[in-house]
Amino acid sequence: MTNSEKNRLKDKAFQVFGIFCTFIGLVVLAIFLVDIVIEGVRRIDWDFLTSLPSRRAARAGILTAWTGTLWILVLSALIAFPLGIAAGVYLEEYAKKTKLADFLEINIANLAGVPSIIYGLLGLELFVRFMYLGPVLLVGALTLSLLILPIVIVTTREAIKAVPRTIRDGSFALGASKWQTVWHQVLPASFGGILTGVILALSRAVGEAAPLIVIGALAYVPFVPKSPMDEFTVLPIQIFNWTSRPQAAFLTNAAAAIIILLLITFLLNGIAVYLRNRQQKKIKW
Amino acid sequence: MRVQERIIEGLLWLSAAITVLITISIIWVLLSESVQFFSEVSIVRFLTEKEWTPLFAEKKFGILPLVAGTFLTTAIAIAVALPIGLTIAIYLNEYAHARFKTIIKPLLEVLATIPTVVYGFFALTVVTPFLQSFIPGLAGFNALSAGIVMGVMIIPMISSLSEDAISAVPRSLREAAYGMGSTRLQTAFGVMVPAASSGILVSVILAISRAVGETMIVAIAAGQQPRLTLNPLVPIETITTYIVQVSMGDVPHGSLEYRTIFAAGMTLFVFTFLLNNLSFWIKKKYQEKYD
Repeated sequence: MTNSEKNRLKDKAFQVFGIFCTFIGLVVLAIFLVDIVIEGVRRIDWDFLTSLPSRRAARAGILTAWTGTLWILVLSALIAFPLGIAAGVYLEEYAKKTKLADFLEINIANLAGVPSIIYGLLGLELFVRFMYLGPVLLVGALTLSLLILPIVIVTTREAIKAVPRTIRDGSFALGASKWQTVWHQVLPASFGGILTGVILALSRAVGEAAPLIVIGALAYVPFVPKSPMDEFTVLPIQIFNWTSRPQAAFLTNAAAAIIILLLITFLLNGIAVYLRNRQQKKIKW
Repeated sequence: MRVQERIIEGLLWLSAAITVLITISIIWVLLSESVQFFSEVSIVRFLTEKEWTPLFAEKKFGILPLVAGTFLTTAIAIAVALPIGLTIAIYLNEYAHARFKTIIKPLLEVLATIPTVVYGFFALTVVTPFLQSFIPGLAGFNALSAGIVMGVMIIPMISSLSEDAISAVPRSLREAAYGMGSTRLQTAFGVMVPAASSGILVSVILAISRAVGETMIVAIAAGQQPRLTLNPLVPIETITTYIVQVSMGDVPHGSLEYRTIFAAGMTLFVFTFLLNNLSFWIKKKYQEKYD
């Protein structure tokens, strides 16, 4: 075999390996999803969704878990959305390109890399011990808001950056002030992109268990939370709790709860992707 | 009007300043509790003792077993994710059609959106039994299956960041390689990967940082037995798992046992902080600039 034939053979071999690698992750994902569905789908019925947790696997439901997750989702959105957008707007539209701005940027990148469990320790000391709030919904939402804030800020900045200079110049030329320009021109033009980022960040928050376990969210909550000051549990904690038990019946429950959790995350991600595509189609500067 | 503009700018500034406040709070929380911890347990004991048993009657406070557990699961995850992720990045850039790439990239991203507690369930109920079928002596909780599953989770992180780095290499370099008669494989490993090496390195460092801080997969599937070992077949405990373990028990706030989670958290924070900043530094310093 000549050298060039050998090289071509290696090239082909790598191509096959490349296809293999590209699909191995997806195949694992598919096996996993099928396994979960087979294991859990027969457990999902109206009772499962509307029952309180129980020591008996067959009677246990996820009512408190999914209502807790919903509460967390809404509260985190209410906290992280305005705060993240405001910070993003400041950094992109107002901040001068100084050393301080550089520092803020590095700081936010660093925050994005802090493990989620550390945010749990922060929430535990700051909100639970220092402010005496207890392990309640509001504390969980605050903790997760801090966790997703860097993501919201970064995506806000990117969305704002995509708005061309000419839009701002046009607005200024008509006599608009800085804030009028931001509020009436820049934000509406970038809102789709910002919303996409916020929804992706929220889908991350919905799947988090570790920081909430650290602040003291319970695995067993025998009531549906009615206010932000109520104790709570969420789907990921419920899944963790059931997975940690030896009885097979609880694993079935865990699989069923995972299906519900995945439906929520995929739904959020689907909305985000849809918004992004619509945004890309609609806008031509 | 003027005043209103000023107030709004002030509020926006405040929102941005909160991010600095968060960083300060994190460091303050970890430091203040750790300092109290180290006033009772010497830092030398913490760093050199070979056992970690703060919850037992006879207390030992050596962080090394937890660090070893964290290192082990991270190493396994990277051993899985780096070859696969990098190959995907090269394949998508050098071999695949552009259309295939636009379809496959978002699909791979799905791997990163799945909650980690779900991956933990997968590791414990599918991967471990599967591995046990041909690895005799594999414990029900082990670093191997947790590490492998964590690796699958971070594949998209390495593949997409590396892919960005490789596609940022200018066309002219690739065409020069083809012009010299290189195959796609030779072009990839002889020209593209070296040219994008800093970006690829950054992706790996960020992946390591992510794996070090990962919690639920290891808490579910790797066990809760701190031990100083590199044996992937036995139960171990990572730093993150320990924090979860203590949080789930009823350790009274303010006790020494309670402070151990902040000392452990501080250790974790230092690791990830160093890794993240190393990646920023590399990105800034070695960013290849082509004209």
